[in-house]
Amino acid sequence: MSSRIRLLGALSALLLGSVAAHADTIKVGVIGPMSGPYSLYGQNFQWGVQAYAQVNGKTADGHDVEFVFRDLPGVDPAKARALAQELVVRDGVQYLAGAYFTPNALAIAPLLQQGKVPFVVLNAATSSIVEQSPYILRTSFTMWQNTVPAAKVAIENGSKKAITIVSDYGPGVDAEAGFKKTYEEGGGELVETLRVPLSTTDFNPLVQRIKQSGADTVFAFFPAGAPTLGFMKSYIGNGLKEDGIKLISTGDLLTEPDLPALGDVAIGTQSTYHYSASHDSPENKAFMEALKAVGADPSKVTMAAVAAFDGAKLIYEMIDATDGEQDPQKAVDAVKGMSWESPRGPVTIDPDTRHITQNVYLREVAKEGDTYMNKEIRTFEAQPDWGLEGK
Amino acid sequence: MVLFFNILSDAFVYGMVLFIISVGLSLAMGLMKVVNLAHGAFAMIGGYIASYITQDQGMSYTLAVAAAVVGAIIIAVPMERLLYRRIYGTSELTQVLMTIGITFVIIGVANFIFGPTLKTIPLPDELRQRVDLGFRTMSSNRVFIAFCGAAVAAGLWYVIEKTDFGIKLRAAVENEKIAGSLGIKTSVIFSVSFALATGLAAFGGVIGAELLPIEPYYALTYMVMLLVVVCVGGAGSIGGALAACLILGTVDTVARYLLPSYGAFFFYFAVIIIVLMFPNGLFGRKLNV
Repeated sequence: MSSRIRLLGALSALLLGSVAAHADTIKVGVIGPMSGPYSLYGQNFQWGVQAYAQVNGKTADGHDVEFVFRDLPGVDPAKARALAQELVVRDGVQYLAGAYFTPNALAIAPLLQQGKVPFVVLNAATSSIVEQSPYILRTSFTMWQNTVPAAKVAIENGSKKAITIVSDYGPGVDAEAGFKKTYEEGGGELVETLRVPLSTTDFNPLVQRIKQSGADTVFAFFPAGAPTLGFMKSYIGNGLKEDGIKLISTGDLLTEPDLPALGDVAIGTQSTYHYSASHDSPENKAFMEALKAVGADPSKVTMAAVAAFDGAKLIYEMIDATDGEQDPQKAVDAVKGMSWESPRGPVTIDPDTRHITQNVYLREVAKEGDTYMNKEIRTFEAQPDWGLEGK
Repeated sequence: MVLFFNILSDAFVYGMVLFIISVGLSLAMGLMKVVNLAHGAFAMIGGYIASYITQDQGMSYTLAVAAAVVGAIIIAVPMERLLYRRIYGTSELTQVLMTIGITFVIIGVANFIFGPTLKTIPLPDELRQRVDLGFRTMSSNRVFIAFCGAAVAAGLWYVIEKTDFGIKLRAAVENEKIAGSLGIKTSVIFSVSFALATGLAAFGGVIGAELLPIEPYYALTYMVMLLVVVCVGGAGSIGGALAACLILGTVDTVARYLLPSYGAFFFYFAVIIIVLMFPNGLFGRKLNV
């Protein structure tokens, strides 16, 4: 009798063991800048994904989800492609996510069809990325999306003549085009468009030129970091504010981690953006709590964290819809047109472009206590990617 | 005309920041015959210390400048004794490999301790004013930078040309062995000069932080520019470094004002022309590294 029980026990153990071995783990590869000058944003990817798992558990519809992170510190299309290939072929990931820079996202796109892998872009903001493959989804933003409201604000504030200054690379050119189109359609005159190298840090000569251009408004876009700070200091130091030349920019110039560095000089500066860590909603409060629970520093939370959080949501939904099977078309179709309440506000995945439609906010830099924040003062509801809209 | 003075004044300030940081590198290369690629890293250390003192400790700007200079020297002197001394007189490759290694270590440590974000050094109210120069307004900080640059140039000229230390220094540069045989302690001269070069780098890093912002990759980002200044000016020459900074600062500023989309094209074009005409730099002598 006892030997029978033992046998049964052994059998069931064997069975359990085999079940555990078969219980599928679905791997998701996340490529982002985990080291180097942009590591803050890679860290934000990580925080956002972990925060989602913190709230929703580590299983999607009974399937374990495992995120695998890979470091891609800068613009390096060849390495982006190699990393993606390695993740798909060797690690067997069913989903890819990440891409901080546009060229990296573009390099990954051709692999998706063959690898049968959907790819959720968590940052890269050039409009055309989603057109490169039917398996690309994007939960971040595009330059057009954030720039069009900026131009509208300028027109509504009575601006007649404007000048643009942007970094001379893909997103900068997109921002310039987006501003130009909307501003000129609104009846404004664009007196000059300046494109400066990404490495520019001394903006004094450029600000002098803006001053003499006769424009009443300057639109600026640079990627967050050294150039934004240099520009803001020159803008203030040369007295453009006093001369009545208004500044309007996308939120990239005023990301929360950089605000303390800008200090009081930035107070009152307006920008348009899709996410601010201080966004007042229960969803955002819960998001910030979840971020803290996974060890995130609240003062370093950026748009990349919310993009990763929503990106993880899409991946969970896709796993759910395909029941863990590798069926990219079914997975992508399942989330097309999906709407939900994100920490940034109501969002929808546009079924045609697979890009996220979201609110864009006009914000003003404010100081509450010792904390600088982007206070949302106006909402532009349900903004599509204007760059794809026109096509 | 107003435009002309506008550009000129910006160029002067920019040139002065370059000068304060790079003159130390020029001295090190001319004097100790060491290609110190970690020079920018010392400027960065100065910036980080000043940022820490003002942002995290809430102390004054003056104190921050002093602490940055002293702190950078305290870090640099043991390095000179333990590491740099081994590579004096070795091949350029050895020097470049070791000093670039030091740079990476400093970048890694700074990233680890202070995080990857941009650091700023808040200015005191006196340096936040706007000064009316007659033809334009300029932030008082920039006027202060221009003044510091002139003071550093004058001070260095005085030390090197008029003091006892300067005489020994020039003798050691001229011929280290003979200077040594005349009883000049060249190793002490080298240590003091290295400390001086580092201190100037840190000083320039702090006061120039508004033009060359302090970030973790500062040490690499601006190193090319510093080396270019030394090449154009001629290693070891203060006047050369000053002239190079003013010329290149002007070229860069004018190009940025008039043709911003060309980027650094005119800057490097000017460098190529000058180096073709003066292979040893404007005021340089042939380097026997």
